[in-house]
Amino acid sequence: MLFAQQVLNGLLDGVYYLLIALGLSLIFSLGGIVNLAHGAFFAIGAYLTLVLSPYLGFGGAFVVAPVAVALFGVLIERVLFTRFYRSDPILSLLLTFGLAMVAEQALRMIFGAPPLSYSIPPILRGQVVMGSFIYSFYRTVLLGIAIVCVAALWVLLQRTSFGRVVRAGVQNPDMVGALGISLQPYMSAVAALGIGLAGLAGVLLAPIYSVHPAMGNEIITPAFVVVVIGGLGSFWGVVVAALLVGLVKGVMVAVGYSAASTAAIYLLMLLVLLFRPRGLFGERIMRFE
Amino acid sequence: MLKEGRFTRRALLKGAAGAAVVSGLSAPSLLLAQTSEVIRIGHLTPRTGFLGPLGEYAVMAIDLAVEEINAGGGLAGRKLEVLKEDSVNPQTASTKAERMIERDKVACIIGEISSASALTIAQVAQRNKTLFINTGANSDALRGSDCKRYMFHVESQNSMYVKSVGRSFLQDGLVKGKKWYSLTADYAFGHDLLKVAKRFMEGNGGQFAGDDLVPTDATDFSAYLLKIRAAKPDLVVLNLAGAQITNFLKQYSEFGLTFPVGGFGFDTALAWAAGKGNFVGTWPCVWHHLIDTPQTKAFVTAFSKKYNKPPENQAWGDYIAAKIVAQAVNELKSPDSTKVVEYFEKGAKFDVLKTRPGYFRASDHQLMHEMYAITALPADKVKNQWDIFSSSGPVPGPNEDLEVIASTKEENTCTFAT
Repeated sequence: MLFAQQVLNGLLDGVYYLLIALGLSLIFSLGGIVNLAHGAFFAIGAYLTLVLSPYLGFGGAFVVAPVAVALFGVLIERVLFTRFYRSDPILSLLLTFGLAMVAEQALRMIFGAPPLSYSIPPILRGQVVMGSFIYSFYRTVLLGIAIVCVAALWVLLQRTSFGRVVRAGVQNPDMVGALGISLQPYMSAVAALGIGLAGLAGVLLAPIYSVHPAMGNEIITPAFVVVVIGGLGSFWGVVVAALLVGLVKGVMVAVGYSAASTAAIYLLMLLVLLFRPRGLFGERIMRFE
Repeated sequence: MLKEGRFTRRALLKGAAGAAVVSGLSAPSLLLAQTSEVIRIGHLTPRTGFLGPLGEYAVMAIDLAVEEINAGGGLAGRKLEVLKEDSVNPQTASTKAERMIERDKVACIIGEISSASALTIAQVAQRNKTLFINTGANSDALRGSDCKRYMFHVESQNSMYVKSVGRSFLQDGLVKGKKWYSLTADYAFGHDLLKVAKRFMEGNGGQFAGDDLVPTDATDFSAYLLKIRAAKPDLVVLNLAGAQITNFLKQYSEFGLTFPVGGFGFDTALAWAAGKGNFVGTWPCVWHHLIDTPQTKAFVTAFSKKYNKPPENQAWGDYIAAKIVAQAVNELKSPDSTKVVEYFEKGAKFDVLKTRPGYFRASDHQLMHEMYAITALPADKVKNQWDIFSSSGPVPGPNEDLEVIASTKEENTCTFAT
């Protein structure tokens, strides 16, 4: 029974990476930008929650903070990312690495290095009891929000004309251009979506994680692992990989190899790359090969 | 002389180069003239990474201490100047220590929080016969197998942390015949702490219900919390460090677990970050801002006035270290490290803002001083974001030797061989 709980918990744990990893994957597959600053936007989302909730409450911050982060993301995209589309990914990697450091230092200058306190709002506290399975109510809500976000994103990408252009742009930007469609606004929208999702993750995790300037670094590495395992350009690949990473970590702790729980996800990545170099569901993207 | 019109760009460049050479030549003499006036000390502590939040307090404290020392007439009539650097990691720490000693001629180095970096700094300091005062690294090994003649420790060793909070656990009946579940940070500090904790447990008739090693980058504790809930321990013990303690406490309250919690490694900044309602349990503390002595009150007032928040225990360490160096240099009328080391070893007493003066134990250079066990206040008794715990009296008690909580000669052997 405990093992079953651990499996379930591991799957739920994976959902948190999902919100970060989906944005990361989207921005990379459309613009070729390896966004190392993605974790910084997550941290900014968390800090904004702390700043806004005394005025707006957690509910208000939940709506305003991700939107603010998304707008900030568009600004960064317009001013910086546009210069690096279609160039060597190493350049955008350097750019966003610098950006991440600037953001971390800025947070440190404004809010100080010591972690700030923030708790789950009283209304979302408590436990959910399902038979012998007891779980945190907050995480159940979080799971619900994450599922809604993922579903909405899927519908947007698969069932709308916006999504069709984005998917076409991922595969063949030149052809899209030849058809007379400018990809630029779509790139901005995708940056807003992806970065907004990172901001949303920051809002959702601020009450249960420690809020400090370097918190972005903590989340970015597993998110990259998820993207690599899932495969570039694959929506479901990222979803499956996120759940798999959470599951592997949880099970390692459950069976008593907790010290190796982080190492296990890198081993998982190694195995996947050995047998499927493009990731689990990685599509063949012509311009990256 | 240049005539009008012949003042070309080339001439200007020559002139500028000449000026640069002249100022370049004169600069070292200016520097030399300065060094005879001031005494420099080096301050090295992590300011980035997971120990950065604590390092920030260390930096604030050393600035305050230097300000106060200079306002009080400086060191043996000379002005005190502090060079501050981010030690980053063990390699960088030793490079920076080397530069501070060789190029900047610092009288001593104060600081550090990471045990691994403290060791590399100590090796450089020992080689150059320069005093190093460790203000934040806890590992017993630094006072044992890795001890150095020129290294002194204001920060308490792990044994002192374990034994001082262990007394509270004994008093509350949480040791003999009881089951502990421990989580240990999977690196040198955590392993050292676990070793000392196990020694304490076995010596007092307790047992472990479970013991998990936690990777240092783990942020989510839900899998561990499920295991703890199933194990139903009498006490949950944390040998974690930094933001992990905060993460754990927040999630512990999130999952609604109510087993008593305690830990052996601790900093008050982590309690403040967990916040009211999330911060639970009993923890050891080297110093905190609620200690009822006039010296602590004065320090807290000065610090709060300058920085708008109370000092954290790491601030105490760096503040005290600077004051201890100032006392030594003023008494000896010389900043010579070898003389200062002898002065410390002879058992000089220092005001450490507590009820009794402290002194360095000659056998391993550990500062002998009182510790405290602090206990989280229930949420409805918390009045502000800082005063969220109550404290035991000083440990050891007034009638006990300060050495009773420190490691014994058998537990930790230091020979100062290298």
